[in-house]
Amino acid sequence: MTTPTAALGVKQRTPLRPARVLLHTFLVVTSLAWLAPLLWAVYAALRPYAETSNKGYVSWPDTLNLDNFKNAFQQSDMTHYFVNTLIIAVPAVLLTLLLASMVAFYVSRFDFRFNIALLLVFTAGNLLPQQVIITPLYRLYLLIDLPGITMSGKLYDSALGLVLIHVAFQSGFCAFVLSNYMRMLPTELTEAALVDGASVWRQYWQIVLPLCKPAMAALATLLSIWIYNDFFWAIVLISTGENMPITSALNNLSGQYFTDPNLVAAGALLTAIPTLIVYFALQRQFVSGLTLGANKG
Amino acid sequence: MISETTTTSPEAEAVPPPGPAPAKKRVPKGAKRLLTRRDRITLAFMAGVPTVLHVALVWVTALASIALAFTSWDGIGFDSIKWVGLDNFKQLFTDNPQFWPALEHNIIWFVVLILLPTPFGLFLAVQLDKKIRFSRVYQTAFFLPVVMSLAVTGFVWQLIYNPDTGLINSLIGANKPGHYIDWIGDPKLNLWAVLIAASWRHAGYMMILYLAGLKGVDPSLREASALDGANEWQTFKNVIFPTLRPTNTVVLVVTIIESLRAFDLVFVFNKGAQGTELLSILITNNIIGESSRIGYGSAIAVVLLVISLAVIIPYLIATFRKERRA
Repeated sequence: MTTPTAALGVKQRTPLRPARVLLHTFLVVTSLAWLAPLLWAVYAALRPYAETSNKGYVSWPDTLNLDNFKNAFQQSDMTHYFVNTLIIAVPAVLLTLLLASMVAFYVSRFDFRFNIALLLVFTAGNLLPQQVIITPLYRLYLLIDLPGITMSGKLYDSALGLVLIHVAFQSGFCAFVLSNYMRMLPTELTEAALVDGASVWRQYWQIVLPLCKPAMAALATLLSIWIYNDFFWAIVLISTGENMPITSALNNLSGQYFTDPNLVAAGALLTAIPTLIVYFALQRQFVSGLTLGANKG
Repeated sequence: MISETTTTSPEAEAVPPPGPAPAKKRVPKGAKRLLTRRDRITLAFMAGVPTVLHVALVWVTALASIALAFTSWDGIGFDSIKWVGLDNFKQLFTDNPQFWPALEHNIIWFVVLILLPTPFGLFLAVQLDKKIRFSRVYQTAFFLPVVMSLAVTGFVWQLIYNPDTGLINSLIGANKPGHYIDWIGDPKLNLWAVLIAASWRHAGYMMILYLAGLKGVDPSLREASALDGANEWQTFKNVIFPTLRPTNTVVLVVTIIESLRAFDLVFVFNKGAQGTELLSILITNNIIGESSRIGYGSAIAVVLLVISLAVIIPYLIATFRKERRA
């Protein structure tokens, strides 16, 4: 009785060899080292400034509380910036997925002559560094007048402008991933629908799109985090500090409201919380999306 | 798109192999005949709208960068655009004290990322691929920096590098006035300080890419190698690493692109002050900085564009060619 289970154990779970112990020790130490900068930030954020300036940052804590988080959140009116981000990120993610899936549907189901060229254009565009296009884009945004549509009356300094560039930039990556995905769906599906007289739009909306849910979920997770984390577009294309999404606003806030390192730590950590929630809740989607076609970070 | 090589191809192989390719090619022709007028309009709209948006905002602007690089323009009215030929480039290459350092820093950025965190990410991936317990917990720890924005990363690392309140100087006792080691301000140190933060993030990213690549490695290869009496290192070197070629390509391209894109961390650290100039920072300073020179900024963008395309185009051609063959 003992022999077979032991044998099974050996096969399924590697026994406790010294090499394994060493490996785990190494991994525990390295992961802690990797988390150390974050833990240090958390530690600093939990301590009152008066105490750290008095005792130094490397010292045993007398008080640990959430006051810095509370102050950072209230003084800088962080809710306002989180709302700014929502106004940009939600439409941007939805539009990107819609447009990218339409292109992907077209190239994977209908046009085989142009699909490579079209995909090349989209994916190459997505790999370019943003700074390559920023100078003309900035001028373009200043030139386009949208009186009454955006608060600034221009594409510049507006949420709409940020949504558009996010959609244009990210749709390249998504179109590539989705077209690969759609090509793996059996052609019979749409063929049968076509013979039945279903319109192209119905084939896309009711047949192909529902089958792409896993890929769409992975992409939606990735896009949300990327767009949330975007720093560059808003730094250049938004001039009014009030209009900035949270990640870019952090830069201004740190000088204005976060007057000591403890508050900076608390403010920075607060902005990281939404990404961490999305990541922990949708870890599988995130990682699968990234490895399904990661081209950026 | 990049790792279609790592994940999609194996999946594509799982889908019915040789047969469907010619069948697929026949379908569109038949299908096209069945399309109504309305369908054609729908299709044109579905392909057209996204393409126009993407091309207008990404490619037209990239071309405009090239055109503007040969002009001088103050941005007020189109009349003031003046053709200046290669002047911007001449000035850039000979007169600008920041250009060559910036280019050098971009190259250093790449060299450091590819030599330190990339192999380390691969090493972690190989260890975590060994079916060990708590693998997911370790992965999460290493991957956490990748999820957070680079802006947050910058602020977190400032808490470590601050001359008077930072962790390092506090630990080594260099946090008294007069004894400061200025990790962020000193041009001899700051690039390396930023690169440590960048590497901290890059290693986790590479680990995830390699883990995906390792999942695609046929386990029987490993068994065969073990049966032949190869040790762990020999198996890795002679069997596993060669099969990771597609992943290595992806990793190389990602790392190059990341090095060219590097911006956020440096901007948060010190806005690209002396010691940490980067091409991306110089371009941005020509827009939002005090010296707004459109043509000049565009000339730097063209340098960045040429380097990027030299990497992107061969990579994409190879990728798409492989795909068409598959």
